[in-house]
Order: sequence, then structure tokens, then C-alpha cells
Amino acid sequence: MRNLTGLLFAGGLGFMLLSIAINLDFGTPTMLIGGAIQSKALQETGATNIVTSVVLGYRGIDTLGELSILFAAAASAGLILGRRHTTAGTQTAGGFVLRHGGSMLFPLLMTIGFYIIFHGHLSPGGGFQGGVILAAAFFLPLLARPGAQLHHGTLSLIEGFAGASFVLIGLIALQQGKAFLQPMLIQDTLGVLLSAGTLPLLYLAVGLKVGAELASLLSHLAQTESDV
Amino acid sequence: MIPDLTLELILYSTALGLVSIGLAGLVLSRHSFRRVLALVIAEAGANLMLVLAGYRWDAVAPIVTTLGKQPQMVDPVPQAMVLTAIVIGVGIQALAVSILIRIHQRYHTLDRNEMAELMDAEIAATAGTARDVSQESPLGERPIPPITGSAVQARGGRS
Repeated sequence: MRNLTGLLFAGGLGFMLLSIAINLDFGTPTMLIGGAIQSKALQETGATNIVTSVVLGYRGIDTLGELSILFAAAASAGLILGRRHTTAGTQTAGGFVLRHGGSMLFPLLMTIGFYIIFHGHLSPGGGFQGGVILAAAFFLPLLARPGAQLHHGTLSLIEGFAGASFVLIGLIALQQGKAFLQPMLIQDTLGVLLSAGTLPLLYLAVGLKVGAELASLLSHLAQTESDV
Repeated sequence: MIPDLTLELILYSTALGLVSIGLAGLVLSRHSFRRVLALVIAEAGANLMLVLAGYRWDAVAPIVTTLGKQPQMVDPVPQAMVLTAIVIGVGIQALAVSILIRIHQRYHTLDRNEMAELMDAEIAATAGTARDVSQESPLGERPIPPITGSAVQARGGRS
């Protein structure tokens, strides 16, 4: 009975949403903001990836709020799993292939992570995606060697520095009489690495913050003792 | 009336189907980790729906490749919102999983009903009160014995 009502609820809700959605105009968005941003983004921010100029330029405060949500999640997960646990005795070490494969992948993952962060204003990618890859690079050795430790002090130092510099870049823009987080500095040449003003710097801060946060989160999860 | 099977119907029903599957999992499943996974599926559907809202038939990805006359581009705003929503989703999932780890360490079960039962018992034991039983539950075998004053007090009533 309970299963039947649950299924009826989910199916009915899906049907209702579908019958609403099917009446929307598909393929011709009615929102005007997208078109307005597209026509101005190149001149105003100088970033060829318009999603980046939306994330960091037009909706920069949103991104700041999102970073604080991520920080809150990571901090509370650390609080919940807080007590020092070590899995050194409970998990068997990885084999030869796993350990050396992890060591070999580490520099490659670092390279591609930073590549994606630095080219976030030119091509698909950016701080969030690159940050996740950086976190994976630091988490991989932990999987291969269960006894290894990430230095949480360093991670929180990187995280705090990145978050503070994100806010600081925004405040400098305010101090120069512009809006908070408004892009500054050189914007002239379109499509080169050093363009789009402060957007690459902001994305670097986002990438470091996301990477450090996810790495510390994952290592907290991995180091929690499984005393089943 | 059955509408034609157009691309738009397929895309919308995929996104909303994911949301429905996730909600059904949330309602039907009793295992807490499966409920977290159901939430992840529902979130994927919602993100797909958001991206679909900015789609244009005659447009390319919002990345400028040529100077001068620009081709039509899809709406970048929903894409930026989904980008942030995905990362927030990862944070929420990690938080949920860490809570589940702690619960499992404490109660050695992730079944919702067993969990609630054990938590109830522990709260009652810590507070030093009787288990929270329903006021309507029968006192014992019929014929019902006369209620003593202490039994009434234990059930939260005044003697």
C-alpha cells in the first residue's frame, strides 16, 4: 500500500511537470537576459567563454555565495567526522600497480587541472571543473596508500587564502569606483591567456578553494575508521 | 491524445523522468544511503531541466570563436547556474554521507525505521523517561487492568 501510494505520487508529479513543460517554448528561450549578456559580454569582460563572464562577472556575488555554501558543507562534514581516526591498520595497502599508477597520474592530473583553470575564460572549463581535478590528484595517493595523510593545515591555509583573495579582488574593484567583482586590468587582446582582466585571477582563486575543500572533505571521509 | 514523439518531448521526459525516479526512490526506499542516491538522481534531472531551459535550435555553445559577426548562442545564464548547482550538490552529498557514516558507526544500521527506533530508545534512556508510546495504545491484554496512578504518570498523564 505504501509502495503504491509512493509510486502514484512520483508518477503523478512527473506527469504534472511534464504536462506543464510540454507547453513551454522549446528551443526559443523567452528570457531576454541571455541575449543581452551575449551582445555585451565581449566588450565588457573580454572573456571569450561567456559562461565564465556570467559566473564571475555578471553573477559574481552568486559565485561568492556558492563558495560559502561549499565552505559550510566542508566545515560541517569536518565537524561531524572530526575525531582523529587513522585507517592505517584497518585497510590493506594497494598493490604495485595501484601505488605507482597513482604516483604517475599525480603530475598529469595537476597539469590538466591547472590547464583547465587557467583557460577557463577562453574555452570550456574553469575553476570549478579544474578544482575538482586538483582534488582528485591529491586524493588518488590516499586511495593507493591508505596510511598516507594530507596535511590539513596546509589545505585550510590554501583555502582561506583563495577565499580571501576572491573577496579582496572584489573589494579592490569597489575601491576603484566600480561595482563589486567588476572585471579590471587589461582586457584588450581577445583570446590570449592574459586577457579578460581579473577573471582568470578570480577563477584561479575559485579553483584553489574548490580543490582544497574537496581534497580535505574526501580525506576526512577516507580516514574515518570503518569499525563495523 | 498522444503528442508526437518530438525531440523536445524526449528531452523533457528524460529530465522530468529523472526527477520522478529520484522522488520515487526518496519515498519508497527505507535505506538511507539509497535515499541519498535518489536525491542525486533527482538533482541530475533538475540540472538537465535547467540547461534545457536555455536551449536554442539555431545556436552554438556560448564561446566566442570568431571576431566580427557572432553566430547565435544558447543562453549562458542557466549553464552558469547549473555549474554552481553541481558543485553545491557535491558538497551536500559529502555532508549527507558523513552524517550517514556517523549514524552507522553508532547504530550499525542505515534502515530508516530501525534507526528511528534505536534513536528513540537512546533518547528516552538518556533523558531517563519512559519510551514515547502512543496515548491510544492499549495498556495490555484484555480485559484491561485498572490503571494505577504510577502507570498514568509514566504515560505523560496526571494522576
